Amino acid sequence: MTLRVLRPGLLTTVQDLGRRGWQHVGVTVGGAMDAFALRVANLLVGNVGTEAGLELTVRGPTLELSSDVLLALGGGDLGATLDGEPVPCWRPFAGRAGSVLSFEGARRGCRTYLCVAGGVSVPVVLGGRGTHLRARFGGLQGRALVEGDVLHPGERSGLAQRLLAELLAAAQPVAHWGAGPSLLPRFAKEPVVRIMPGPEHAHFTEESRRALVKERFEVTAQSDRMGYRLQGPALALASPLELVSSPVAEGTVQVPPGGAPIVLMADRQTTGGYPRIAQVVTVDLPLLAQATPGTRVRFREVSLAEAQAALLARERALWWLTEAVRLRGR
Amino acid sequence: MDLLPLGDSALLVQLGAAIDEETRTRVRSLLAALERASLPGVVELVPAFASIAIHYEPMRVHTALPGADETPYERLRDAVAAVLQEAALQALPPGPLVELPVCYGGAYGPDLEAVAAHAGLSPEEVVHAHAGAEYTVAMVGFAPGFPYLAGLPEHLAMPRRATPRVKVPAGSVGIAGRQTGVYPFELPGGWQLIGRTPRRLFRPDAASPSLLRLGDRVRFRPVTPAELAAWKEPP
Repeated sequence: MTLRVLRPGLLTTVQDLGRRGWQHVGVTVGGAMDAFALRVANLLVGNVGTEAGLELTVRGPTLELSSDVLLALGGGDLGATLDGEPVPCWRPFAGRAGSVLSFEGARRGCRTYLCVAGGVSVPVVLGGRGTHLRARFGGLQGRALVEGDVLHPGERSGLAQRLLAELLAAAQPVAHWGAGPSLLPRFAKEPVVRIMPGPEHAHFTEESRRALVKERFEVTAQSDRMGYRLQGPALALASPLELVSSPVAEGTVQVPPGGAPIVLMADRQTTGGYPRIAQVVTVDLPLLAQATPGTRVRFREVSLAEAQAALLARERALWWLTEAVRLRGR
Repeated sequence: MDLLPLGDSALLVQLGAAIDEETRTRVRSLLAALERASLPGVVELVPAFASIAIHYEPMRVHTALPGADETPYERLRDAVAAVLQEAALQALPPGPLVELPVCYGGAYGPDLEAVAAHAGLSPEEVVHAHAGAEYTVAMVGFAPGFPYLAGLPEHLAMPRRATPRVKVPAGSVGIAGRQTGVYPFELPGGWQLIGRTPRRLFRPDAASPSLLRLGDRVRFRPVTPAELAAWKEPP
């Protein structure tokens, strides 16, 4: 079984849930920008959830399938079609030998994850299969996919075998079930992203702290897998602050001297020297990962307890999804 | 010492705001204690100059650590506080000594003259002072395997370049403020470049990918361009 790349798309990379355990020697965690979408799409094809999939950006690739295969898409809607027929996100579907999967263009969001039963098989480097584009390792030779690349899925689970057989026998290739809307992030034209105060929050002027949660911030074109540069009211420290390089995390909102905040994303560095005004809560990171340049976001402050309660609720929902998929394949 | 949240999935151990030897020693000693404790749900420990981030999975902390109505953060914070209290007095032996051959000046160290002028020394005196000191790895960050080395003789200190270079070659040895460091890869950067080492600082496929780790000691040994060219990396 292979997936052959007929056209690579804008930026298609192999990604998983990132490298853990190497930040102390400066290695970026990386992995999927919308890790939640990758996990859901993995679960829908009978995977454990940590397998590597493809991260497609804005303009998806064109892929030819060499044999029957169980697939699922999660994340933004990039207009997927299988042999010309539309395929939705968040439901497993069966691709047949010789079928061509292609993408007509982004309709909502900007990143989608294509997961295949068994995961995309590439060597593990530093505990991860994801592509580290800047350091040029991981994934497929440390780079984005190009025309002619051939991807090999790993061995699929018994669950995946049964789900695939069922879909191949059905009248249409897309399952009538999938991840329900209650599980999914609420995407909006102007997303409201929840934040908590960061370690240096109190060092900012009261005006800046108020502006952060009252005003709109626009995602600029200088946004990538490393960080989102936002444009809005300038945020200022109350008095100069000597900071030594300190740890950062996914979703850290740091403010360089110019006053325009940067939200650190998957390919962030491991430490940073700018004051950290806020921290995006984990469950709302997908809203940013799917925000295209020009999107205006608003921030709403919540407590740590609220952020963690939302995260625990989401983990429980994912557990139930895993169970539901398992029952489907019985 | 302060314990505070860094978002909903990391906890920060903050040990003051200065880069000094005492803080570095504490960071290293507390890090060792946290590694030994291997608390449930902790994904990784990331030390910086004066703080340590404890990245964790809230769900695993929630199920593995006690606490009736407490958030995962509160549960982990209490467990961390207990570990750190016991660790406070532990002394660690000095880290291993690593020698880095360096070809100073010329095309390999385009800023050596500028550093010398800034210090009011000859380039030879800068080389002598830089290679005469012993350094300690205060942090590895910015890029995989990039060491921030403390112990630069004070009179060699110099601010970063006003305009960073778009490409700094791999192995470049530089100075930024009171620190010296080595670029493991070709990267953009603003450090004042005084020489080049042939040693590989980071190998993604190795069991221990970074040549240098927090607390290691480093010495630079001047070599000629011919020695640099003939260098064979030890396995």
